[in-house]
Amino acid sequence: MQGIQMDLVSEDRLAKMPPVEKIRFIIDEVKSGKILVLEKGLTPEEEATLIEMTMTQIQPDDFAGIEMESYPSQTDGSFLGKLFKKSPVRTRLTVIGPANKLKTLKKDRDMISALVSNK
Amino acid sequence: MGVIRSFRKNFSDFFKKLFNKKNARIGIYGPPNAGKTTLANRILRDWTGDAMGSVSHIAHETRRARRREGVTIKSNGGSISLDIIDTPGLATKIDFHEFMELGMDEAESKRRAKEATEGVIEAVKWLENLDGVILVMDATEDPYTQVNVTVIGNMEARSLPLLIVANKVDLPESSPSTIRDAFPQHPMVAISALEGKNIDTFYDEIAKRFG
Repeated sequence: MQGIQMDLVSEDRLAKMPPVEKIRFIIDEVKSGKILVLEKGLTPEEEATLIEMTMTQIQPDDFAGIEMESYPSQTDGSFLGKLFKKSPVRTRLTVIGPANKLKTLKKDRDMISALVSNK
Repeated sequence: MGVIRSFRKNFSDFFKKLFNKKNARIGIYGPPNAGKTTLANRILRDWTGDAMGSVSHIAHETRRARRREGVTIKSNGGSISLDIIDTPGLATKIDFHEFMELGMDEAESKRRAKEATEGVIEAVKWLENLDGVILVMDATEDPYTQVNVTVIGNMEARSLPLLIVANKVDLPESSPSTIRDAFPQHPMVAISALEGKNIDTFYDEIAKRFG
């Protein structure tokens, strides 16, 4: 059966990985043609690192980059969040796939609409 | 009392001069073709008399970060001195075929794509070295892009000042209110960097946010 594999990755699975391993895992999976839906999403720093590392992987006629969308992060307004200020940003779901297979049609604060193509 | 107050002020000014000589480093970020270099050129022409770089309708015209130190902007009776960094457009994908569609041959398109990827890497690295960001968005485009979300998230995570610029309001299809509604937690100024529309308000906001 032909199709596109979509992996829904739990928060626990990524939480066990160091940041570099997490980014490497995402790039390897996406380069193999998979679309990933990350339950918790990535921090802004991780997103920036993912963009940076993706750029090092781009090859003409092979890999043109990624399509990535996530809901805007939310500031942690809880007492502990304010007290420690170490993790003030709460990340939310992220969708990542190869740019030639995944295309964002529409996105707003709480809705991501995407087209998956098997071309 | 007057003498004490005067002494305090002089003492404070002395230490500010001694320890606060560094200009704030302000990066101009945004997706390709949002008008970053046009805005950087506008700032430099208004306050230094020269320009930062060339502009083009083709995406990724700026492929190296450009820095201009000590740009002094005067607003509301005061002045601030900034280092302005014009960065290449951030993107998550760069396909050389898109350059070919604009009339470039394959070799030139591939070379440009390679330089553009290096430019994005450089722009991401600069994010870690800034004191604040001017995030330029094209007011005719959807503001909910990953690039915008990533830059805003970075500034929020580091509690650094951010000023959103809704550019290209000279175009009839522009909708700066869409940008304001998308990111209501940050100050936004609607301008036309090309025509200079609302540019004084922009300088007032720079003084408020980065002064």
